[in-house]
Amino acid sequence: MIDVHNDEKLLKVLLKDDPDITIEDALDNEMVINMGPQHPATHGVLRLVLRLDGETVVNTVPELGYLHRGYEKMAEAMSFNEFIPHTDRLDYTSTMSNNVAYALAVEKLLGIEAPKRAQYIRMIIAEISRIMGHLVAIGTFAMDVGAVTMVLWTFREREKIQNIYDRVAGARFTTSYTRIGGLASDFDDVAVKMTKEFLDEFDHTMDDFEKLLNTNKIFIGRLEGIGVLTKEDAIAFGVTGPNLRASGVQYDIRRANPYLYYSDMDFDVPVFTEGDCLARYFVRVDEVRESIKILRQLLDKIPQGEIIANLPKKVLPHKAEIYSRMEELIHDFMIVNFGVNPPVGDTYFSVENPKGELGFYFVSNGSGHPWKLKIRSPSFCNLQALPKMCNGQMISDVIAIIGSIDPVMGEADK
Amino acid sequence: MEYKELLLNKLNEFKEGVVLEFTDFRDDASITLAPENLIPVCTFLKNDPDLEFLICKDVTAIDWAARKNRFTAVYHIYSFKLSSFLRIKVNLSGNDPSVDSVTSVWKGADWYERETYDMYGIIFKGHPDLRRMYMPEAFEYYPLRKEFPVMGIPGSIPLPSKD
Repeated sequence: MIDVHNDEKLLKVLLKDDPDITIEDALDNEMVINMGPQHPATHGVLRLVLRLDGETVVNTVPELGYLHRGYEKMAEAMSFNEFIPHTDRLDYTSTMSNNVAYALAVEKLLGIEAPKRAQYIRMIIAEISRIMGHLVAIGTFAMDVGAVTMVLWTFREREKIQNIYDRVAGARFTTSYTRIGGLASDFDDVAVKMTKEFLDEFDHTMDDFEKLLNTNKIFIGRLEGIGVLTKEDAIAFGVTGPNLRASGVQYDIRRANPYLYYSDMDFDVPVFTEGDCLARYFVRVDEVRESIKILRQLLDKIPQGEIIANLPKKVLPHKAEIYSRMEELIHDFMIVNFGVNPPVGDTYFSVENPKGELGFYFVSNGSGHPWKLKIRSPSFCNLQALPKMCNGQMISDVIAIIGSIDPVMGEADK
Repeated sequence: MEYKELLLNKLNEFKEGVVLEFTDFRDDASITLAPENLIPVCTFLKNDPDLEFLICKDVTAIDWAARKNRFTAVYHIYSFKLSSFLRIKVNLSGNDPSVDSVTSVWKGADWYERETYDMYGIIFKGHPDLRRMYMPEAFEYYPLRKEFPVMGIPGSIPLPSKD
């Protein structure tokens, strides 16, 4: 029988600055406290072991794995299409962008491309879910530091976005909307109208959000200069997404290595140089504004055409055709039972998700299952910089710092 | 593509024949190195003023199950300067594989190497804190190895006792 609750090695890391000290010595004037995994401010099941001197954090050791479901192992036993619903469960605050990232990654491996209409719709849903993800980030972050009103306001807006999801994907939360080579269903005129109406209202709502927070003395005072991550550290730790841009690095994959049709879009990449909690909040707010800008450009010029590629060996046919035509029935049977069989090789593809860079690394041996799938999840990589930000701060700031990194444990633990 | 030529020329200048294999399947540049060349080449790639691969995006491994060199360690690194990434592969032999840790070059590889150790049992020599990332410290298996069943091994993680 193994002792799974043994923290011996972890405590050793916690005390590593002074190798002679034992935990009993340390406790004379210091305190070791366990924050999480059941803690409302850890955004799920993140566990931090903190070593405190008075109220100052001396050392932080994050402990992950409480939500580890082994998706990388499961993917090896699944066909490429079967894994799409599981991508919803990675970053569950912005499900659609994970769907898009996965579909694009498999398409790169297969060497196929979805029709232009499907690509445009993918950009629309990716940007809507960026707004959705940032709404949770801003709302819960503000709630963590005491402004509880925000979370109610942002979740009210999220409800409206979920109505759009409901219209296009048939589900409000776990969408599984993309397919390899296209989309499950069309983004119809009603959905376009709903999105336009939402954006018109949302512009004013964003003004309200900013009025509530940006002039709030407590909110600003609580975050300014807290949890500073310098540009050099951010790059060294491999931080991506809004957290990297808040530290003064202008790196956005939509700009650096454009995918879909982002190179045709007119948008800015907001960058702040302070690197503190407040800058990370400002970056997210500005990104929401940029997403609105992109959405307005997109909604007016969705091209007409198919939403799924016509490649019978690689792409699932439409359900209505399966029930009425022999050829389609055969292709559906072959794809579902034997998979899409990409060529032997390995590819890495990454997109800019609300949390940062989400990448999929596939190794294919020519069969219907991936030989290996590695998910490069942004929350995991961003959390790595947490000890650097927390050490030397007050214990109450740890809450603000976690909120500002905005980890989603579904993604960090895979 | 232009940067691939630049990269290969630079690496050949650095040390003749250091790149054992170069592939660009689907336009992904990928080089294979011998294990002993890993750290010198990584240091070179990071510090060369024309390349500047400053970010280590990901470290993982592949279990080939039946091959002689059973494991391959895979690194993805990124250069802001070239706006492109590079994949480095190192083939490892044996059932208890080990390779030098790249944490001395890229600090951010710390957690990725811990995750790879946790999932494949690859020892990263010189890693400052090689603990398991997701699984409990006392767990005996390496879940992403091909012999580990997808359904798990019953009883390998005991539930906490009620008393």
